[in-house]
Amino acid sequence: MIQPYKGVGEPLIDIGRVEKFYDLGKANTVRALDGVDLKIYPNDYVAIMGPSGSGKSTLMNMLGCLDTPTGGQYYFEGEDVAEMDDNELAFIRNQKIGFVFQSFNLLARASTLRNVELPLVYAGIPKWERQEKAYSACEKVGLGDRVDHKPNELSGGQRQRVAVARALVNDPSILLADEPTGNLDSKTGAEIMELFDELHSLGNTIILVTHEEDIAAHAHRLIRLRDGKIEVDQVNPGRG
Amino acid sequence: MRRFLSEFVESIRIASEQLVAHKTRALLTMLGVIIGVLAVTMMGTAMNGIDKGVRQSLDVVGSDVYFVARHSWEQADDAWRHLKNRPAIRDIESDRINEIISETEDSNLYRAAPDVYWWPQGDVKTKDRSVANVQTRGTDENFEFINNAQIGEGRFFSELEESNARGVVVLGYDVAEALFPYESAIGKTVRVKGIEVEVVGVFERMGSFFGLMSYDNFALVPLKWLRKHYQWEMHTMIRVKIAPDADREEARYELIGAMRRIHKQVAEEEDNFAINSTDSMEEEMSTIKNVLSVAGFGITGLSLFVGAIGIMNITFVSVKERTREIGTRRAIGARRSSIIIQFLMEAVSVCVVGGIIGLAIAYAGKLGIEKIWPDFPFVYSIGLIVMGMTASVVVGVFSGIIPAFMASRLDPATALRHE
Repeated sequence: MIQPYKGVGEPLIDIGRVEKFYDLGKANTVRALDGVDLKIYPNDYVAIMGPSGSGKSTLMNMLGCLDTPTGGQYYFEGEDVAEMDDNELAFIRNQKIGFVFQSFNLLARASTLRNVELPLVYAGIPKWERQEKAYSACEKVGLGDRVDHKPNELSGGQRQRVAVARALVNDPSILLADEPTGNLDSKTGAEIMELFDELHSLGNTIILVTHEEDIAAHAHRLIRLRDGKIEVDQVNPGRG
Repeated sequence: MRRFLSEFVESIRIASEQLVAHKTRALLTMLGVIIGVLAVTMMGTAMNGIDKGVRQSLDVVGSDVYFVARHSWEQADDAWRHLKNRPAIRDIESDRINEIISETEDSNLYRAAPDVYWWPQGDVKTKDRSVANVQTRGTDENFEFINNAQIGEGRFFSELEESNARGVVVLGYDVAEALFPYESAIGKTVRVKGIEVEVVGVFERMGSFFGLMSYDNFALVPLKWLRKHYQWEMHTMIRVKIAPDADREEARYELIGAMRRIHKQVAEEEDNFAINSTDSMEEEMSTIKNVLSVAGFGITGLSLFVGAIGIMNITFVSVKERTREIGTRRAIGARRSSIIIQFLMEAVSVCVVGGIIGLAIAYAGKLGIEKIWPDFPFVYSIGLIVMGMTASVVVGVFSGIIPAFMASRLDPATALRHE
C-alpha cells in the first residue's frame, strides 16, 4: 500500500512545476524535467530513483543549485533561487549544500585535510579555523588518523568518507549524494550507507540519487521519477 | 576581502603544485618567457654599451676636433663622384693650416696635425714577442697637443725627429704592455712592419669600445718616416683641434676658409674637401641605437608574444584536463571569479618562474662575460629586474586571461559530468 509522505515543519526546498527543457534544435526538445513539484523538509532522508533518462540527474543538479530551471519556481529556505545570480548560487552551494559524488571528485594531489578544507577556502575562513573544522569533520567520518594521506593512499571507502567530510564541513542544510556507492563494492557501500544513516540520525537532511534498491532502502522517503515527472512520492515501503 | 585573500593563497598553492607536477611541460612552456627576458637583458646591454662606447670614443678622439679629409663620412651616396673629382689631401696641408692659424688673430682654431693610417695593419715585434694587427699611423709632433690621451711614460717624438724621418715610435698602452710586460719600453728597439724603430714614449691606457675593440692597440710614427718606407698612396687626414672656448660653428667656417685658401678655390666653386666631426659619428651611433632598440623591442616583443601563445595553449590544455575539478570546485562553492583567479595565477606563476630563470641565466652570463671581457658594459640592474618581472607578469595575465575566463564560464553541471 502506498503511503504518501508528509513532511514536518517549514520546507527547506520547495519547488513547484519545475521544468528543464533542453532544446536540441528543430522541434527536438528534451523535457528532462516536466512539471515537478517537490518539498524537502528538515531531517528528510530521501532516495530519488528512476531509470536512466528519467531526469534524476537533472533534478539533482537543480536541487543542488548547479543548474537553473527553464520554468517553475524554486525556493531554498524561502529564497527564490531562480532570481539568484551566479555568486549567490555559489554561496548557497558553499554554505547550504554538501555534495557527495559517485567518483568522489577529490583533488588528487591534496591531503585529506586539504580536500576537506576546500569549501572553507571559498567561504573565506582563516586557515587555523579551517583546519580545526576540517579536522573535526574528518573525525566525524572516522578518518581522524588519515588527515595527512593523499587520495591515492586511501581505499575507495575512505575516499568517499573524505568526500562526505568535505560535504559536511560547512554544516550544510542538505547533503546531496549522487550514486555515492556506485564506485564501491557492496561491503564498502554498506559502510558508507551506515555513515549516512548515522548522519541522518544526528539531524542531517539527506537526498540520495541511486538506482540500487538496497541503497534506496536506507531512506525514509522514496521518490520515483519517470520521463521527467514524479511518478511516486511515498514513505519508503522497502525500509527494513 | 578575506575570501579573496584565502582564494588567492589557495590559487598560488594550486599553481605551484601544478608546476611541480608538470615540470617538463612547465619548463618548455616557459622557454618563450625565458628567451624574452634574456632578450630584454641583451637589449639593455647593447643600448648601454653603445652609449658607453660612444662616450668613451668621444673622450679618446675629443669632441673638439675636426677631421679634414677628401670625402665626407656622411655622404655615402655620392661619395664616389666627390672622390673622383677631388684632389687628395697632402701631408703639407697640415702645416699650411697651422701657418694660417698662427697668422690669424684670435683664431678659432688651435692646431692641426696629419693623421695617416698605414694599411693594412701590421705586426709590431721584439725579438721574443709580437703584437698583431697594430694600427700604425704617421703624424707629426703637433699630434701630442691635439690628442686627448696623455703620454704615460717617455715623450712624444719631436719636430726634428719628424722632419728627419727618424725611426722612432710612440706606442699605445696595450702594445707596450704586450711587448714589454716586465720592463719599461722606453729606449727599446721594436720592429714595425719589419723595420727597426726606437720606442720613445707610451700612451696612457684608454680602454676599449664595447670591451672588444681596444683603443690602445696603436703605434704612432713620424709621418715622414712612414712615407719614406711606404710609398704607396695613403690618404691623408688632418686633425684640427679648435681653440679653447671657441664656437664650434665659427671654427668650422674658419677651417673651411683656410682649406679653400690652401686648395686655391675660387668663390663659386664647391668645397673639394670635407670637414668631418665626431658629431656625425654620434649621429650615426644614435641611428644604430635606434635601429637596435626597434629591433630589440621587436625581438623581445615577439619572443614574449610567442611565449604567451605557448602558455595560453598549455593553460587551455590544463583547463580541459581539469574540467571535472573545475566542476567540483564550483559545486562546493567556488565562484566564477575564484576559477579565473586560479587559472590566471597558474599562467602568471609559469611566467614569473620563467622570468626568474631568465634573469638568473642573464646573471650567470654576466658573470661569465665579465671573466672573459672585463670591460664589456653588461647591464644588470634593479631596473632590468623590475622590467623583466613586469614583462613576465604582463605576459602571464595576457596568456592566462582567455583560458581562465573560459574555465569560469563552464557550466558546473556539465563540467562535473566531464570524463
